Amino acid sequence: MPNTSADSFWKANIRLVLSLLSIWFFISFVCGILLVDFLDNFRFGGFKLGFWIAQQGSILTFIALILIYIRSMDKLDSQYKHATSNDGQDSEEAPR
Amino acid sequence: MSVQMWTYIFVLLSFSLYIGIAVWSRAGSTKEFYVAGGGVHPIANGMATAADWMSAASFISMTGLISFLGRDGTFYLMGWTGGYVLLALLLAPYLRKFGKFTVPDFIGDRYYSQTARLLAVFCAIVISFIYVCGQMQGAGIVFSRFLEVDITTGVIIGMAIVFFYAVLGGMKGITYTQVAQYCVLIFAFMVPAIFISIMMTGHVIPQIGFGSELIDGSGYLLDRLDGLSQELGFATYTEGQRSTQDVFFITAALMFGTAGLPHVIIRFFTVPNVRDARRSAGYAMIFIAILYTTAPTVAAFARTNLINSVSNAEYSTMPDWFGKWETTNLISFDDKNNDGRIQYLGDAERNELTVSADIMVMANPEISGLPNWVIALVTAGALAAALSTAAGLLLVISTSVAHDMLKRTFMPSITEQQELLSARISIFVAVLIAGYVGMNPPAYVAQVVAFAFGLAAASFFPAIVLGIFHKKMNKQGATSGMAAGFIFTASYIIYFKLINPEASTADNWLFGISPEGIGTLGTIINVSFACTIAKFTSAPPDDVQKLVENIRLPGET
Repeated sequence: MPNTSADSFWKANIRLVLSLLSIWFFISFVCGILLVDFLDNFRFGGFKLGFWIAQQGSILTFIALILIYIRSMDKLDSQYKHATSNDGQDSEEAPR
Repeated sequence: MSVQMWTYIFVLLSFSLYIGIAVWSRAGSTKEFYVAGGGVHPIANGMATAADWMSAASFISMTGLISFLGRDGTFYLMGWTGGYVLLALLLAPYLRKFGKFTVPDFIGDRYYSQTARLLAVFCAIVISFIYVCGQMQGAGIVFSRFLEVDITTGVIIGMAIVFFYAVLGGMKGITYTQVAQYCVLIFAFMVPAIFISIMMTGHVIPQIGFGSELIDGSGYLLDRLDGLSQELGFATYTEGQRSTQDVFFITAALMFGTAGLPHVIIRFFTVPNVRDARRSAGYAMIFIAILYTTAPTVAAFARTNLINSVSNAEYSTMPDWFGKWETTNLISFDDKNNDGRIQYLGDAERNELTVSADIMVMANPEISGLPNWVIALVTAGALAAALSTAAGLLLVISTSVAHDMLKRTFMPSITEQQELLSARISIFVAVLIAGYVGMNPPAYVAQVVAFAFGLAAASFFPAIVLGIFHKKMNKQGATSGMAAGFIFTASYIIYFKLINPEASTADNWLFGISPEGIGTLGTIINVSFACTIAKFTSAPPDDVQKLVENIRLPGET
């Protein structure tokens, strides 16, 4: 049943994207902007925590999010391919 | 050897490299011209995307702006990197699966409408054109300051180089020159940063030096900078001055804009498959982050250095660089109390020194007394940043004209050779117009570029995301959404930036949102229009819904 596996692939994909984007939103907008003054009360080394997240930590988080996405999607892709390997009509067309 | 000699050597070497690559990678077909044949390795594409993305503004102006904005400068850092998360998760893989050449291709096919296609062409040309003028201007400024030619000559040299490899090689030439330009620009940015970090904190890695104690024993760098700022009456460096909602909206606008800029999106059409599109977004993010995590450190180092070297110093004992930048009017000193010393203060009444944000990167190596070759390297890096972005933008303009307007809309019968020729002619014309605007700049670089982000955020970003994730989105919804977002954002920016700049204060802004951040509201307007109208009009035809289902699934690799 290629349709159900396509559906579950898409659902899993949406779940993954939503959870990564909520981390994206939390770190950049919540920690880096909304709560930045509060987080500045905590320090490590010469950094105030809020300031560090805003100017360094958020960017490092973005890298991590994309890397996790790449890994998880590779896994999802191969699961999907495994599930649909019987009908094998799913070929990508080259651009014209 | 003098700075001048080193500059000539670096600029000549890097330019011959770019031209060499252009000759080697001539494009023979439209597919090579538009998407480099679709065979670019994800690492190469990651570098090219990074160079495409990091413009004269990122390289020259951003560090300086952060230097003067302190923590508020964060919106540039998060905004211009966070957009890549959206690009990687919401756009790049699906657009690659769709597998055509341009953004209007997607909009036109997905929304089965020539009106939508032409609207997308219009947005793409306006956005890219605004952006490219800023690059040409940036290249002109760099040439004129460091090679001591006038701005017009500088712009003409820049035009000639871009023209040569963009016309000859199309996307293929641009991609491989951008790879080289990335290497040049990141090296040129990192070398002075590392030097300064070692000099001031003893740490090789600037990101660590940023949070370390100064070598002169005056405590942590950021504490020292906060202290100096307070003493002199400037805002505390690590505290924000702008309203939280404005910073929030600007950050979001820059993120959405980043993910909606056509010259960045088309880079993901050049890789062989969907898997590589995801990978190259990851590489691009890493390559960009190298510069973007270093920029705030340079901003803090440079600011501390500047205050230490000029504050209360005797004017007559200032080193060479001071006079040199004075002649370009980027630093000016006005001895208001006639004591022969420089009072650099937050209080505008008594402050005697005005420093342009643009020189923080350019003059920083001189202020810190770095070797001549490092100073010269910065010039080559700035030129690489400006030219690589300009080339990517010109390609968008040319594909929009040759492919989307001629081939797909008005003259579908033209042959591939004719299409290729018209793509080359339109690059030629675009270079000429951009060069002209670069010589007669309308406003200054960063302001002009702010337009482009707002417009991309309000037009393309929602239209593409809805096209992928909202299967029932139809042509009526998407077209009116794009039009509404674009018109709203453009009018707000034009009103506050061009028609009535005096009124541009927080009291007059809608919900306290500055013109830089209004693109976020434009995005929201676009989405609400699109969804409401799509609800009351007929669903898209079956073949379009099939297309959407198809781009959602992983393709064979």
